[in-house]
Amino acid sequence: MSMRVLAPGLLTSFQDRGRRGQAANGVGTAGAMDPIALRIANALVGNPDDAAALEITLRGPRLQVQRDCVLALAGADLDARSGGEPLPNWRPLLVRGGSEIDTGIARAGARAYLAVRGGFDIVPVLASRSTDVNAHLGPLGGRVLAGGDELPIGTSGRDDFERMLGKLPPNSARRGAKGSIVAARWSVDPSPWFEPDPAVPVCVQRGRHFGQLDEHSQTALFDSEFRIGVQSNRVGYRLEGPALALRTPLELISEGVVPGTVQLPPGGQAIVLMAEAPTTGGYPRIAQVAEVDRSRLAQRKPGDRLRFVEISLAEAQSRYLERERALRALFQTIHEHLRH
Amino acid sequence: MTRPLGDDRQDSSIEPLGDGALLVRIGERIDASLNRRALAISNLLGNAKLAGVTDVSAAYASVCVHYDLGAWADPANVQSPYERIADSIAELIRSAKGESVSGSAQAGREGEGPGLAGLPEPLEIPVCYGADYGADLETVAEHAGIDPNEVIVRHTGGTYQVAMLGFMPGFAYLLGLDPMLHTPRRATPRTHVPAGSVAIGGAQTGIYPRELPGGWQLIGRTPLELFNPARAQPALLVPGQSVRFRAMDPDEFVRLSLS
Repeated sequence: MSMRVLAPGLLTSFQDRGRRGQAANGVGTAGAMDPIALRIANALVGNPDDAAALEITLRGPRLQVQRDCVLALAGADLDARSGGEPLPNWRPLLVRGGSEIDTGIARAGARAYLAVRGGFDIVPVLASRSTDVNAHLGPLGGRVLAGGDELPIGTSGRDDFERMLGKLPPNSARRGAKGSIVAARWSVDPSPWFEPDPAVPVCVQRGRHFGQLDEHSQTALFDSEFRIGVQSNRVGYRLEGPALALRTPLELISEGVVPGTVQLPPGGQAIVLMAEAPTTGGYPRIAQVAEVDRSRLAQRKPGDRLRFVEISLAEAQSRYLERERALRALFQTIHEHLRH
Repeated sequence: MTRPLGDDRQDSSIEPLGDGALLVRIGERIDASLNRRALAISNLLGNAKLAGVTDVSAAYASVCVHYDLGAWADPANVQSPYERIADSIAELIRSAKGESVSGSAQAGREGEGPGLAGLPEPLEIPVCYGADYGADLETVAEHAGIDPNEVIVRHTGGTYQVAMLGFMPGFAYLLGLDPMLHTPRRATPRTHVPAGSVAIGGAQTGIYPRELPGGWQLIGRTPLELFNPARAQPALLVPGQSVRFRAMDPDEFVRLSLS
């Protein structure tokens, strides 16, 4: 059982929640840029929280499924279609064997996740199925999808699958033109989990070297509007905007950095490290994106605006815990929908 | 937010690195004794199996700890998860017996303390120097005002210590480069540095684990595989390990590449 890649899209890769415990080998976490959308896509098809899905960037792949399977799309708002019929996001979809899916382009946001019930049956690399595109590490030899790839789909237990088909009967759902797609009547409201509006600020804590920015730069970090540069990718976003400067140059030795760390290279244009952040860095760290806002940032694309607003560490941690509770409640609701 | 570690080292501290990680800082210099202490603390924290800790790794003079803050959340406690784990880590380091952890040791002694037990054997790395293998050997020689052969003699004469891995999977930063060989980085980085290139960047030396862009001066190449995720220990070089280089000719390079 597999899925064939007819066209790979702009930048499509396998991602899970990331690779842990490998920093001492120089291996970063990688994983989904928007881990929340990934986890919701997995929940919608009844997968475990750490299953791998396809991360779609701006322009999605065209795929053909070999046999009946249950899929879900979450994250960026894709105008996905199959046989001319729209495929709604944020809900389980039953797709008949032989159907072609065009995941389309992102009308809002930048990254979406395609999860399939049973997950993708690929061998983990260093205990993760995420792709570190920059380090060439992970499934498919660490590369993005290419035309002609066959993506093996795992089994989820036959009974489960049959029951799920039963829960999505054609007469209670939207039917594709050729009867190839059945969408669940219910869906997840994306509004608490997906924020594509570039006007909404992103919360950051002050970094270790924030106090060593000159006075003007300290103000500018929070009062200015930045733009996400063209040379941005899964490793980091280059910010265009007012040049930031230190009072005096700092000679630093390499130390740990993490996704969300905002570094200031000598040129004065900050870089926000993203999912494929290296494990160490030697530039001044002026800020740190709060984990709760990492998904929001991941949904911005080159050219989008970006403003920062300050958050304390305690507040960032408390909002993170609050969101985890809300997410667990959502998973419980989805689970009940899938059973009834 | 930053807190002193409370030991006899004034410059030791713990500070947050975002909401899911923290840094234990021992110092701000590239220095063998600071690095040994960072490695010892990294081993101590790695072996302590603290709740929710997903990753512990050492850099030159600091240790980075990733944690799941859910494991340190307690609604009945006014302290934040960061404050709670930082307290626990500070306490662990304070109460550790090994002198290399507490920081009270005399600097400069080799690999002592419980944290550095069980290191792999010293490794000899065969390198083909100069010409097609190390395009910047002449540059390094000119900068030092010595003959290229003297660069090779000095580079193979030293014993190095793996300080940390970073930048890329398997990329090891080595301590112990002869000061005579310190050479500034290239003004314009290369877009393609071949895998296995042995390089010098300022006072640092390291080996490129695969073809990468890079600005360091290339003096030679090794056919050894620096990183392979399928191996039980994916990185060839391990923090704390001691390393020597051995010069070899192009014939041996080709032979070893094929074996």
